[in-house]
This record gives sequence, structure tokens and C-alpha cells, in this order.
Amino acid sequence: MAEHTQETLAQAPAVHDESLFLQAVKEFFENRVAAIGLVILIAMIAVALFAPYIAPQNPYDLMSIDIMDGKLAPGSKSFDESVTYWIGTDSQGRDMLSSILYGLRISLGVGVVSTIIALIIGAIIGLWAAYIGGKTDTVIMRIVDLQLSFPAILVALILLAILGKGVDKIILALILVQWAYYARAIRSNVLVERGKEYVEAAKCLALPQRRIMFSHVLPNCTPELIVISTVKVASAIALEATLSFLGLGMPITEPSLGLLISNGFKYLQSGYYWISFYPGVALLVLIVSINLVGDRLRDVLNPRLKR
Amino acid sequence: MLAFLIRRISQSAVVLLVMSLLVFVGVFYIGNPIDILIAPDATPAEYARAVHELGLDKPLWEQYTIFLKGALHGDFGNSFVYNEPALKVILDRLPATLELAFTAMFIAVIFGIPLGMVAGMKANHWIGRNIMRFSILGFSLPTFWVGLMLIIIFSVHLNWLPSGGRGETVMLLGIPVSFLTLGGLAHLILPATNLALFKTSLAIRLTRAGVQENMQMDYVKFARAKGLSETRVIGLHVMKNIMIPVVTVLGMEFGSLIAFAVVTETIFAWPGMGKLVIDSIGVLDRPIIVAYLLITVTMFIIINLIVDILYSILDPRVRLGQER
Amino acid sequence: MSTPLLEISNLKTHFFTRAGVAKAVNGISLTIEKGEVVGIVGESGSGKSVTGFSIMGLVDEPGRVVGGSIKFKGRELLTQSVEEWRNFRGNEVSMIFQDPMMTLNPVLRIDTQMIEAVRCHEKVSKAEARKRAIEALAMVGIPSPEERVKAYPHQFSGGMRQRVAIATGLLNRPDLIIADEPTTALDVTIQSQILSEMQKLCKKTGMSLMWVTHDLTVIAGLANRVAVMYAGKIIEEGAVETVLDKPLHPYTEGLVGSVPSRNHRGEPLYQIPGMTPSLINLPEGCSFRMRCPKASEKCHCEPPVTELENGRRVRCFHPNL
Repeated sequence: MAEHTQETLAQAPAVHDESLFLQAVKEFFENRVAAIGLVILIAMIAVALFAPYIAPQNPYDLMSIDIMDGKLAPGSKSFDESVTYWIGTDSQGRDMLSSILYGLRISLGVGVVSTIIALIIGAIIGLWAAYIGGKTDTVIMRIVDLQLSFPAILVALILLAILGKGVDKIILALILVQWAYYARAIRSNVLVERGKEYVEAAKCLALPQRRIMFSHVLPNCTPELIVISTVKVASAIALEATLSFLGLGMPITEPSLGLLISNGFKYLQSGYYWISFYPGVALLVLIVSINLVGDRLRDVLNPRLKR
Repeated sequence: MLAFLIRRISQSAVVLLVMSLLVFVGVFYIGNPIDILIAPDATPAEYARAVHELGLDKPLWEQYTIFLKGALHGDFGNSFVYNEPALKVILDRLPATLELAFTAMFIAVIFGIPLGMVAGMKANHWIGRNIMRFSILGFSLPTFWVGLMLIIIFSVHLNWLPSGGRGETVMLLGIPVSFLTLGGLAHLILPATNLALFKTSLAIRLTRAGVQENMQMDYVKFARAKGLSETRVIGLHVMKNIMIPVVTVLGMEFGSLIAFAVVTETIFAWPGMGKLVIDSIGVLDRPIIVAYLLITVTMFIIINLIVDILYSILDPRVRLGQER
Repeated sequence: MSTPLLEISNLKTHFFTRAGVAKAVNGISLTIEKGEVVGIVGESGSGKSVTGFSIMGLVDEPGRVVGGSIKFKGRELLTQSVEEWRNFRGNEVSMIFQDPMMTLNPVLRIDTQMIEAVRCHEKVSKAEARKRAIEALAMVGIPSPEERVKAYPHQFSGGMRQRVAIATGLLNRPDLIIADEPTTALDVTIQSQILSEMQKLCKKTGMSLMWVTHDLTVIAGLANRVAVMYAGKIIEEGAVETVLDKPLHPYTEGLVGSVPSRNHRGEPLYQIPGMTPSLINLPEGCSFRMRCPKASEKCHCEPPVTELENGRRVRCFHPNL
């Protein structure tokens, strides 16, 4: 009981408040463009998750593809007239639509996984820096600033040049590129939050500092973290696609959207535009819809901008 | 000022040293260069001799010192592919990359800043809104995707502009440039536009934010109250205030243009050092990779230093060496 | 009688905001004679600054002068072309702003900012313009102006910056200076220095001064005449001594009573009850009636202006006569 009172007294301002959450949701949908973006995004995530069930073909099952169907234009029938390739086939005779669905799965997966790991690592390091302060803090922030002063692509290029290709390596590169943003965001947020009254109140109740950090300060940083990580997922996906396009990212066995585009690039000049074009459209729609959602989230969740 | 320079340069030296260590250890130690240097059917004795000749049997720090000594003299070893000093191979490609980057920056500035000013002054007008939409798009589209679209539209579909290569070059001060010949210019337009897109969006955003912030300032009203024409109020008073952050940020971004040139050069087969490094990674031409990374990082650090100095010259309120 | 220097009649400046129309200036009439120092007093939001900006033709969006007339030396200002406005500003009338930290452009040197002010009105050489700038700086009491003119604004203190702003306003020897709370942001000692400087300047050059402030004590020592504004209207006007000693309008009385005075130590300060009304939702009739101790049924109608001797005017049904 006493514990409970303490909790309520030192409660961080309205993080778990249901009505506030609903209010934010309502506000989000007031912007029609963002709402459309969210619907498209959810649809794309669903399609990516269920790709094996809805794709007309398993593009990596050698039994189901036929080299005779190579480079067919959108809308063509297959050689044996059994299937229609709505957006054409690639040089190996794979159905582009199926390749894109599978590619979407890989692109989204890599982007989301790397962002989540980077977020966790960045959050821990940022919290740690803010918590310890002093020299450790200075050194960590120096490293963060230094890393952020280099463009992501250069950092990823250095790492991949050293490590070589591979799913694990590209995820590692994407984590390395992202963690510093989170560390910096968390640290500055924590420093701001720590000076606020509810933290003072929690301190007066002699709650252990670690507990204050995790159950009071961190939840108040969440809105900003959600916003940053949404936008960062989009840039991680774009970066992965870029690196794969350059031939530095995903191995040929894991064709993400970037790799699909890269495969079609060879045939672009010969007029087989669809091999590159449609994966490109999928990538674009994915990135733009994530960004639309992220932009709107920033408006809705950031009380400083609301005024 | 001097103290600031000394501090910055020594900081930069440390960064470079750390970078060189990372890159060296990464490229030369983790990946074993011997495997691609000698024939796979070599005898163990031959293998051992090759290892010894290359100094690979020495302890790591000694190898690194030798590498560092060489690097300081501009010797990164010979390229496996071109059989020439790696530095020379890269420096041969540097003018093409710089020309591309400068052209892209030029495009970003001459389009981005005026568009940003219009967007700032007409924020609630449809023109301003559309400019901002364009800039959001420019931010979220991956560079290589836009490059692809440019090729599909202007090269494949319309057949207006060539999709790759550098075209005809002429020598300007001993450096081959494309932009002075018609053919070269035609080759330059697409890749430069592609590379410029992101920075144009950035310039629009920065300028717009600056205009909106500065137009509300009292000094603008006071300048008007003095009887100055609107042209002078905006062209001198507001511009000079905006230009400081815009020039600083765009200057910093110049380094990233060189880094991003990797993508654009690959798409448009632009014979610069970015395409070179991608090709070299493909064939594991390690000396080129190492030299490219270290040269790019060095350029980056130098650019940041120059921009910092430039900033202090532009903004009278900043005193170098007294910051923070 | 000759034409007055400035003659404002029934001026209306409204702001068209999303929440509604804010009637910042709602029908004011005021004249300023040559050489006269007029104080405009009112709380923030009473429309006193907007009056100044209306005279300068510098009302910001979404504001607009919607009615009335402003005559300067008998010439109508509100129908001027853009170029005529430009030529008028800083040449015939100058304006000085509240915050000296913000009025000077931080990235331009003082000489640049002063020389351009001369050269946009008169075709003179840069050297000549610079000479005038140095003279003006000397006139407002800036030590070693030849050197200081080359400095940047951040190298000056707040008080010095305000002097620079005043000097800039003086460059083209205007007939009128509108000072919009120019001493509010300054220390009291600096404030009194600037006030006495301004007084001397007006005497010496014979120019008129319109001093906008919320501070009655400033007006008391400086102005010949004072106009008290409330919610976009002038509610009382007259010679400074009479208005301050014998306020007629209950609002003026409240204002005068709110000034801390040495004579009543220990007594609680008087305060006017209630808040300034929103300019978007002004009450019908007298806007002060909600806060007025004397308000009656009558006050639901717009009170007329009562003219008394010596240009004394009051807009109230129940003046303290």
C-alpha cells in the first residue's frame, strides 16, 4: 500500500494515460495523407509477413521457375500459358511480383531488426552516459559526435569493405550507422527530464536512481524515440537498398529490394525496364509511407512543437 | 585563432590515426591478402617466402608502423589490378569526382536557396507548400533510385541525355574537365542532378527555416523603418543572416557529397574514385580500398576544418578558440 | 491655425487572425504639433505599438489598416505608393524599437547599417554618409564614434545599442520620431540617461517625439501631452501634468494609482481589478466597464468623447469632474 502511494506520487506525467493515447491516435488520423501512409504501410507489412502464402510463385524454388519465361514484359503469359506475370519476369524467369513480395520481407526485416538492436544499444549507452556523467560521458559523446560527422554511407562502406558481404554484416553496418543517433537523443532527453520536478519528487522519496531512470525517465523519452526510430527505419531500409545495389550488401541468396533493382539495372538499357522499375516502386512506396507516418508522429507526439 | 587551429589539427590527426589503424587492421589483417597474391597451388615453402617478403610474419604493430610510414609518404602499395601505386590510381580519378561533387553543390545552391526563400516567404501559399513537398520527397528518395529513374526517363525513354561515362573532356589548368564541352556537359547533367537532389532539399529546408525565423526579427522591421527597399532588406539583411548557417551546413555536406558520389558514379558509370572503390571492393584490390578510405576521411576532416574557419569569418559574433 | 505635423483621425488597424478579427487600433484620433513630445500610455495589447507601426506603414500580416486617415504635414499617408512609403520611412518619420538587442542586424557593421539609411534617401557619397553617421553617434553620446562606427552590434552594451538605433533614426533629420518603449529593456540608470538625451535632442533640433510606453513615470518627465490608450481606443488625452494629477477616466485613475509612490509607504498598492479584454471579443460599449468601479447601465453603449479646455479630452460617461 505504501509502495503504491509512492508510485502515484512520483508518477511520471501521463505516459501511460489511455485517453492521451487515444487523443494522439485521433490527432494522427486528422491528417489524411498520414492516415493513407499508415494504411499502406500496414498493408505492406502484412504482405511482407505473409509473402509465402500470397505470392503467386516461390521465386527461390528452382522447380517453379522456368528459364523460358525470362524477361517477359508485364502482363505476359508464361511459356506453358498457365500463369500471367502481371509485372513481368526477370532474366531467370522469376515472377517479379513474387520476387518483390519476398524482397519486401527481407528489406523490412533487415531494416526493422537493425533499428531495434541499434535502438537498444544506443539507449543503453545514452542512458549510461547520462547516468555516469563526467569523463565517461564526455568520451562517449565525443565518439558519437565524431561518428555522426561522417555520412552513414561512408561508415557503412568502411565496415563492409572490411567485413565483406552477408546479412549479418549488413545488419551490423546498419546498427553501427544508427546507434549514435539514439545514444545522443536519449542522453539529451534524459538530461532534460532529470531536471524536471517529477524526478525531484521521485528522488525525495529516495527511490533508487536506477529505478528512477528506467521507470520514470526512460518512459518520458519514449515518444521521441518512437519518432526517431520510425524515420530511421526508413533510412536504414534505404541504406541497405543502396548498399545492396552497389553489390556491398545482401548476398545473392537473400535478394532484398535493393538487390532486385541492382539485378535489373543491367537490363535497363536494353529496354527491360520492369525488372528494375517495379522493385524500385515498392521500395519508394515503403520508404515514403514510413516517412509520412514518422512525420505525422513527430507532430502528434512532440509536445514542444505543438505549443 | 592559432590555439584553435593547433587543437583542431591535432584532434584531426588523432582521428586519422585511429581510422588508419581500424582500416589497416580490418583490411589487411582480418582478410589475408596472401591468398589472392599467390597462386593457389603454391608449395608451403613458396607460401612462407611470400609471407616473409610481404612482411606478414612480423607482429601486427610492426606491420602497421611500416604501413603508416608508407602512407605518410603517400605510399599505399601497388594496386593489384592496375599495377600502379594506389595513390596515383585514385588521384587520377579524383578530378572527375570533384567535378561531379562541385557541380552537384552548385545545382543545390542555385536551386535550393532561391526555392527555400520563396518557400519561406510564401509558407502558406500553394507555391511554398509544393516546394516543401518536393523537398520532403527529395529527402526520402534513395539517391540510387532517383538515378535509375533519371536514366529510365531521360536516357532510355526520351533518349535526350547519355546514361553513362564522362564524355569529352578538355584540360583546364592541367586537369581534365567535362563541363566545358557540350558532350561533357550532357554527360554531367544527369549524375550531377542526381547527386544534387538530396542537398537541394536540404538547402531548401535550411533557407526556408532561416527566412521564417529572420523575417520575424526586429532588425528586419527596423531596416524597413529606415526606408530601405524590400530588395535590400531581404537581399542583404536577411540573406546575410541566413547564409551563415546555410553555408556552414552545405560546406559540411560537401564531404558527404564525395561519399555519396560512390552511388551516383556507379549508376552513371562516371569514372571517378567512387566507382573505382566499388570496383576495387568487388575484386578485393586492397591497397586501393585502403587508400580511398583514408583519402576520403582526410578530405572530410579538412573540409570540416575549413568550414569552421569560414564560419568564424562569416559570423562576427563567433570567436574561434573561445567556443564553449 | 497651421496644419499640424501629424493628424490621425479615426484610425482603425485590425488583425485578421484565424480566431477572429482583433481590433488592435479601433478608431483613434490624435494630433502632434511640430516640436511637441506626446506620450502614448497603455498596457500591453492596448494598441499603442500598432498605432506607431500604422503611421510607419509597417503593420505586419495579418494586420491591416482598415479605416481612417493619417495626415503628415497635411498629406495623406494611407494612399501612398510603395515607393512613397519607402521614401517617407526613416526620412520624415523615424522609429525606434523596444529591444535594442534585436533591432540592429547582428551580422552587419554599424557603419553599413547607418550609411545605407542615409543613402537610401539622399544621393550622397559613402564618405559623406559616414561623416553624418559619426556626427549622429556623437550627438547621442557615443564616445569615440570614429572608431565605434566600425564595430558590430554585439560589441556594444544594450544602452549603447539603443543610442546607435536612435542615432540611426536621427540621420535624415526627421520631423518626428516614434519611440516604441525604447527604454523598457534597459536598466533604470541607462533609461534616465537616454531620456535626458532625447529631451535635449528634441529641444535642439525642434523635432517632435511620440513616445510609446506603459510606464507613466517616464511620460511624466518627458512629454508635453499624453494620450492614454485602452483596448484600441484613446480614452483620455491632455497636458501631462493635468492628466497625471487629475485623471478623469477611471482607468487613468487606476493607472496613476498603480504607480508605487514614495508618499504611501507600507500601504497596499492599488491594482485595477480584472484583465485586459481580448481584442477579438471586445465587450459592447465601453471596453473598460467590466473592470470599472463606476460602470453603470449606460456604459453598455459606446461613451462619447467629452472635450474640455486646453485640448483635454475623455471618453467616459462618468469622468471624475
